[in-house]
Amino acid sequence: MSTNGSSKTLFEKIWNQHVVVAESGNPAVLYIDLHLIHEVTSPQAFTGLREKGLTVRRPSQVMATMDHGIPTTPPDIPITDQMVLRQISQLEKNCEEFGIPLQGMHSDHRGIVHVIGPELGLTQPGMTVVCGDSHTSTHGAFGALAFGIGTSEIEHVFATQCLLQVKPKTYAIKVDGTLGNGVSAKDIILNLISRIGIGGGTGYVFEYMGSAIRALSMEERMTVCNMSIEGGARAGLVAPDNITYDYIAGRKLAPQDEAWDKAVAQWRTLPSDEGATFDQEITIDADALGPMITYGTNPGMGMGITDTIPDPDSVKDVSERQTLDKALKYMDIQPGQQLLGQDIDVVFLGSCTNSRISDLRVAANLIKGRKVADSLRMMVVPGSQDVKNQAENEGLDVIFKEAGAEWREAGCSMCIAMNGDQLSPGQYAVSTSNRNFEGRQGKGGRTFLASPLTATATAITGKITDVRTML
Amino acid sequence: MEKFTTLNGTMISIPTENIDTDQIIPARFLKVIDKNGLGDNLFSDWRYNADGSPKPDFILNTEQGKKAKLLVAGDNFGCGSSREHAPWSIMAYGFRGVVSTGFADIFRNNSLKLGLLPIVVDKDTHYQLQTLIEEDPSTTVTIDLEKQTLTLPDGRTVNFPIDGFSKSCILNGVDQLGYLQSHADAIAAYEAEHGSRVNTLAD
Ligand code: SF4
Repeated sequence: MSTNGSSKTLFEKIWNQHVVVAESGNPAVLYIDLHLIHEVTSPQAFTGLREKGLTVRRPSQVMATMDHGIPTTPPDIPITDQMVLRQISQLEKNCEEFGIPLQGMHSDHRGIVHVIGPELGLTQPGMTVVCGDSHTSTHGAFGALAFGIGTSEIEHVFATQCLLQVKPKTYAIKVDGTLGNGVSAKDIILNLISRIGIGGGTGYVFEYMGSAIRALSMEERMTVCNMSIEGGARAGLVAPDNITYDYIAGRKLAPQDEAWDKAVAQWRTLPSDEGATFDQEITIDADALGPMITYGTNPGMGMGITDTIPDPDSVKDVSERQTLDKALKYMDIQPGQQLLGQDIDVVFLGSCTNSRISDLRVAANLIKGRKVADSLRMMVVPGSQDVKNQAENEGLDVIFKEAGAEWREAGCSMCIAMNGDQLSPGQYAVSTSNRNFEGRQGKGGRTFLASPLTATATAITGKITDVRTML
Repeated sequence: MEKFTTLNGTMISIPTENIDTDQIIPARFLKVIDKNGLGDNLFSDWRYNADGSPKPDFILNTEQGKKAKLLVAGDNFGCGSSREHAPWSIMAYGFRGVVSTGFADIFRNNSLKLGLLPIVVDKDTHYQLQTLIEEDPSTTVTIDLEKQTLTLPDGRTVNFPIDGFSKSCILNGVDQLGYLQSHADAIAAYEAEHGSRVNTLAD
């Protein structure tokens, strides 16, 4: 970590405020403010506690929900997957036994863990936030140091409210300029990853800055930070500002009254100091950005929507060439071709990247008065029950249904395809989620990642479409 | 935590770059509440046919695979999700180490907590290992964690990095949790000074 005199980065300030013990030669003992858990990665951690006779040190700093495996079919249809049922009831039992609050199957606030944390006002600037889920980086949009952990680490946080951490390096991502019509936060992050590659941020924490980042809403900042991990960085941060405070103010579990004033005063000290330096930096010109789409089997294989698919023969490095070749074979697409016009079977609008109310509004606005193509299935999966209720209050559900899209219950759904929402082998999807790995959305399924606007435009025409032609 | 000091064993190679955790263990196998049976699902989508029968030519289905103690894999191994099911399944299959030119952060962290060694080598060594496996699958290499060395059959040794703390935990088979617990007083003092920044129970 480099600094210029006493100037500190946002990351360094948060880090310093959370180091409990730093013995030379050992990783730091880092205090964790907020620990989010879900049904899939937590059961074995609770088992570990029981085996060792330990308790959860601070249940009031843990929040549980169910999102990964739960169906998105109407609530009156019973869950038939016995393994999912077992995970759900195990989480209920664990939360009960260890005194952890749970947004369970009957909670109005249940939803994708990275949607509900901010929504409930739990995610706040300057905090450390962890969850057994790599997209915990989402919460960095608030200027919180938030990262995904494994199940052993979940157990560590349960038992001690701390984690052992080696200090990462810092990487400034400067995005200046103004996004054009039809270009969104998702396109910023897809562009970044296509440039640095999926391992480009390994060992770093990103800080997104610049006029284009400042202009983003909180939900858009979450979209950007969400995919930091797809660039290899465990965490991505945006300095808090008035947009951040306005979003948090008045939320259910946010500080109130005097505590609020005190909190905001403290949050205002967090942004990186003038002159603070970073170990690495990159600049993105927002004015030059167009809609992005991925063509391959990792999120770094992305390009502008009007570009052509790269040719493995033009790649010098042998293993890179093989990787690209393997990806294009899996996707069954040809180098040198555009993706525009490619037939699509399923459009998925959802996931912790793009399932918040503003994502649904943007999509509804575009599809209003239009129809989903006959050849295609469009699934709309709100990120939480709160998002779903809000959308229904605004009549968005009606717009989607009238267009022929499926309006579903909240959850991770086809982002991870654990709950029956999935592609069939060979099917093509345009998805607003974050991972296009082989089989991620169903064994043999093929995924193109894009923004809600691109996904919705594609749903309307049935083919990959440049949304700018429809605006 | 499984103790690891030295190992002499055979290797197999899956040279693909950027092997993500969805390939290592697809999400549909994460619906478990324990760690049983994960080894059988390691690399499931590459390993089994649609009807569930093993693909005979996939390396993990061969005798060579079953005997191997080290997996030599392409760069940026273990990218993607934080699922610890990935290293669990690799260990359950029988590997004690993965050799690559680079690992994703969360995968490496998870592995070090379990005693699965993420062994980073340079490109040339990586290539040499693959060639050795191709020429003679029964080739063995030796890993010495104390010395942080990988020794090739020709006697050449290469060093690999590992942080001193994880190294001593793995050498002694000691869970990292113990170290955190030994700082209980400092943690209590921190909490007394800072108070809680959230209260999830306030409703
Ligand atoms: S929506 Fe997808 S990426 Fe996000 S938490 Fe759920 S499974 Fe993970």
